[in-house]
Amino acid sequence: MTYEFLVASSIGVLVAAGIYLSLRARTFQVVLGLTLLSYAVNLFLFASGRLVLNRPPIWDKAVSEYTDPLPQALVLTAIVITFGMTAFVVILALRSFLETGSDHVDGDSVPCDDSDTEKGE
Amino acid sequence: MSWLDHLPLLPVAIPALAAPATLLLLRRHPAWGIGVAFASCFAMLGTALALLGYAGDGIVHVYDVGEWPAPFGIVLVADRLSAIMLTLASVLALVALLHAVVTRVDRKGWHFHPLFQFQLMGLNGAFLTGDLFNLFVFFEVLLIASYGLLLHGQGPARLKAGVQYVVVNLVGSSLFLIALGLLYALTGTLNMADMGMRVAEIAPADQGLLRIAALLLACVFAIKAAIVPLHLWLPRTYDVATPAVAGLFAIMTKVGVYSLIRVVPQVFGDGAGAAAWTPDPFLWPAALVTAAVGFAGVFTARTLSEQASYAIIGSTGTLLIAVAGWEQATLGAALYYLVHSTIAGAALFLVADAVARRRAGATDNCSPAPAFAQRGIIALMFMAAAIATTGLPPLSGFIGKLLILQSVTGQPDWGWSWGVILVTTLIGVIGFARAGSVVFWKESESDDGVSSGAAAAPRSDLVAPAIALVLLAALAAGAGPATTYADEAAAQVLDRAAAARAVLGEDVQ
Repeated sequence: MTYEFLVASSIGVLVAAGIYLSLRARTFQVVLGLTLLSYAVNLFLFASGRLVLNRPPIWDKAVSEYTDPLPQALVLTAIVITFGMTAFVVILALRSFLETGSDHVDGDSVPCDDSDTEKGE
Repeated sequence: MSWLDHLPLLPVAIPALAAPATLLLLRRHPAWGIGVAFASCFAMLGTALALLGYAGDGIVHVYDVGEWPAPFGIVLVADRLSAIMLTLASVLALVALLHAVVTRVDRKGWHFHPLFQFQLMGLNGAFLTGDLFNLFVFFEVLLIASYGLLLHGQGPARLKAGVQYVVVNLVGSSLFLIALGLLYALTGTLNMADMGMRVAEIAPADQGLLRIAALLLACVFAIKAAIVPLHLWLPRTYDVATPAVAGLFAIMTKVGVYSLIRVVPQVFGDGAGAAAWTPDPFLWPAALVTAAVGFAGVFTARTLSEQASYAIIGSTGTLLIAVAGWEQATLGAALYYLVHSTIAGAALFLVADAVARRRAGATDNCSPAPAFAQRGIIALMFMAAAIATTGLPPLSGFIGKLLILQSVTGQPDWGWSWGVILVTTLIGVIGFARAGSVVFWKESESDDGVSSGAAAAPRSDLVAPAIALVLLAALAAGAGPATTYADEAAAQVLDRAAAARAVLGEDVQ
């Protein structure tokens, strides 16, 4: 019971922090928020196969009880994708900051260059 | 297994092979790279047409990847709906690719063609997969490629919109994973057909969780489809994207709609017990508001490409009004309108690009500018695209809207559906007429003689929008067979048991 409570509450805290941060105005905090959110999602996915202690995920002659291997495969996929996406969004945020001079997600606080001329070429 | 049985794999395999080939070829032999990109698109179109015939027999064709039997392995499911979507994607890809190559925007960066192919791989995969987690993976493939394509050409405005687009979609992906985790925890499977069989047996205590999963999933698809109130990312993103890319992106919102059509009847359909049709009460009102907001945006847009973006939102709303009926007639009408509205949206973006390329300085702003080359023919094309989008005769939009109006008659509160569709059509007509008359009829004095700077613009960039318009005319001319096929596809989507039998074997009742 306490184990389940620990996992559940940590997921909850991560999600709460993730949502709070991803609603902030600046890209760095938003990226941190997305990262926390993805940690929470990974933990959640892992727990979706039920929490089983000290059991192997693959077939073994000696044991009769297993932990569900599928969520582990799903988590692996999700981790790879979110890792790549986080790296991408960090570079994108940095590039956007360098080119527009503003690190606000909604970049209206600092006027952007007029992009229309470039679009029409 | 005959070679025909491997057909469903090809739409994923062709772009997956073509993407690295174009990447390798483009550095040294750009012409070869472009050739491979076109060959891949033509091959996809051929495969899609073959699948259209192959799936036309009414059987749900299932491809077990790696011969692992469903529900354990990943399956690709090719039925009529998949075939329609694949054909639409490959046709649109050809038009967008042609426009990109002709206007030479593909040379603005190194990786346009590989990203374009990966985008198609994600789209095709999403249309074929029968596995929910696989759907997530293909969503990610198409999103990652779309991030790159959106930023193609660069510039501050694209970067700014890109950050917002990526953040919104990352949040969407997180929600998708949470919904998948919930569904897996409840049903113990990720195969859609298998899940549809198992949701009925979920204990009453867990029904709440199932509803949450259903609504989260619907939310994710609503973000992709840009349904109000989750539409705010779309206008800015599509407005700044390279026009050829925006033309391809016209199908991206339809991926969300497709996922709704695929997942909701199969997993949360009639057989889902207490959680049946959970997303339904929210979908229809949201669809009405989406149509209203979209066409209001058409009315107030300041540039032609922004207008096209809002037209996409509005047509998605109209489409969802029909989808939310969840009957064979409404879904059939929706599928016909889906094909039409995707091509019409792309045509609008391409025509807006043709205007922007000729009006140095004013680009595609809805403001008077000096006269520009080929104004008459572009004005006609704009009018044709606008007619198609708003649903006036003689193009396919009229037939699509007529079918939707006819099919929703008799639904509860269908007066609202009729009212919203007809009023938004009127608003759209006025909006397009206003924009068109300002852009094509009003002339401002040329301030410093730059007006004729673009006078020598080649006509080649009018080819792709013209093809899109011809396709719309063909869709109107071939409305008989097209609506029959769409109707049969709708019946197949709603027949949950047949799909489950095809995927899981004959012993499923």
